[in-house]
Amino acid sequence: MERSAGSKTVQVILKNILAWFASLLVIVPMLLVLLNAFKADGETINMNLQLPKQWIFSNFATVIEKGKLIRSFLNSLLYAGAGTIITVMFGAMAAYVFSRRRSKGMNVVYMYVVLGMVIPINYVTLTKTMLTLHLTNTALGIILLYMALQTPFTVFLIYGFVSKIPVELDEAAILDGCSPMQLYWKVVFPMLKSAIVTAGVLCFLNCWNEFMMPLYFLHSSEKWPMTLAIYNFFGQYEMKWNLICADVLLTCAPVIIIYLACQKYIVGGQTAGAVKG
Amino acid sequence: MKKEKVYPWYFVIGSVLIYTILSLVPGIMGIGYSFTDWSAYSKEIHFIGFDNFVTVFSGKKDYLRYISNTITFTFVTVIFKTGLGLLFAVALSRNIKMKNFHRGILYLPSVLPILVTGLVFTSILNPKTGFLNNFLRTIGLDFLAKKWLVDPKIAFGSVMAVDIWRGVGYIMTLLIAGILAIPDTYFEAAAIDGANAWQRFRFVTIPMLRQTLAVTIVLNVIYGLKVFDMVYALTNGGPGHRTEVLYTAVYKMMSKGLYAEGTTISSILFIFMVIIGYFMVKILTKDEVVE
Repeated sequence: MERSAGSKTVQVILKNILAWFASLLVIVPMLLVLLNAFKADGETINMNLQLPKQWIFSNFATVIEKGKLIRSFLNSLLYAGAGTIITVMFGAMAAYVFSRRRSKGMNVVYMYVVLGMVIPINYVTLTKTMLTLHLTNTALGIILLYMALQTPFTVFLIYGFVSKIPVELDEAAILDGCSPMQLYWKVVFPMLKSAIVTAGVLCFLNCWNEFMMPLYFLHSSEKWPMTLAIYNFFGQYEMKWNLICADVLLTCAPVIIIYLACQKYIVGGQTAGAVKG
Repeated sequence: MKKEKVYPWYFVIGSVLIYTILSLVPGIMGIGYSFTDWSAYSKEIHFIGFDNFVTVFSGKKDYLRYISNTITFTFVTVIFKTGLGLLFAVALSRNIKMKNFHRGILYLPSVLPILVTGLVFTSILNPKTGFLNNFLRTIGLDFLAKKWLVDPKIAFGSVMAVDIWRGVGYIMTLLIAGILAIPDTYFEAAAIDGANAWQRFRFVTIPMLRQTLAVTIVLNVIYGLKVFDMVYALTNGGPGHRTEVLYTAVYKMMSKGLYAEGTTISSILFIFMVIIGYFMVKILTKDEVVE
């Protein structure tokens, strides 16, 4: 009995050491970025964890101006926002029909869509497709690409939620004379709210973080989202880590705010598919 | 109630159409173009049979190394992310103070833009001015201060390490959810039967997590085979193609105008992933049937 109590204490201590060691490994790089974003020009040749000798808040203004961050912030907001809205709107409707019909044909189409979570994009031929459709270097093009990328997971995620809404509701609504459109928008859609928020938050984060699509398909700098803007800023100001850190903070700030506000949805959504409930 | 009428087919058309045109059609088209000499230098495109595949697999042009690099990257990161993720998940699932703090911190890197993470680590891993080497020198471990991203022998290891740093919290989070879904009574019953912590882990946790582990491993295999942002930001495939993976190689081939070869590499990946995808979809849709 005594021995097991002793080994239990050892276990608790080991667990705590492990947890703190791991957390520190994540915190240190983040703290490094945070502190250095406020330092003076010469102070960041060696990035370290010392407090800035003088807190220079104007770094942020400098970066916003030189990096043209307001424009790329608005671009990111447009691409990720519009991408999320159309992906989730069409995705939810599709997931609803897939889940309710469950006929052989519809199941095949559902699997075909979910397969998109796995298959890689062929950027070479996609370039040709985008040129043919006159979508290269346009906002609409990027938004539709984001939709193509995010649709499979969105449909998969919402599909799981639809099956939890009782079919009896549909039957009652149809008996009351609802059209299919009314049934969906007035009865089913309100009940899918938490699924839609979950899918929407994840979709928005993925779109905000996306780098490869803009790299391939947005050539003019006034159309760049924040990820592409920071990459080019990094190229131009390679040694000015105070400015780069400030840019990193501004690029990550929306993501971190959404993460803190919607942690429940993000973690819930990510685990919904993976864990047998 | 007629299902075809109540749940109309046109509800699915928007999603299916965009996904098909911008994701699947280019993939299939790509397989066709793999058998041609499509390039930026000639307006005509000729059918040339399996020549591109022969070029890739004969090892003349380093392409085999990009393929093996991608597989190495996938294999190593999956093993470390899963192993460490499991360790952290077990430590942080029950009976520990501040578990929500630790979980929140460890998950954070996986929501940040991968590219930005990569850029920050180019500074941290800088041989002369980087935080890591300065720290190692300060605590007297000078011999450990390496040229992390520059030395051809260790650059790829460094890239993989940064990606493990970034991705381990995601696996951990999925596994914690899996562990918390295991009924407490299983652990209690095992404890009453005299099972120690290791035995409870080995004979209760692991078997009950099999499904979650399968999904996390598959998701990470998919991520690993498609990796681009992290490598592009850290090394862009250098030094001397030592860290080149498929997607960074394709990007370079595109800018050199070698379309046919780029599409051949992409198609090899495409076919391979459709096969993986088949099993993935089976795993993911299995529990729907049980429900």
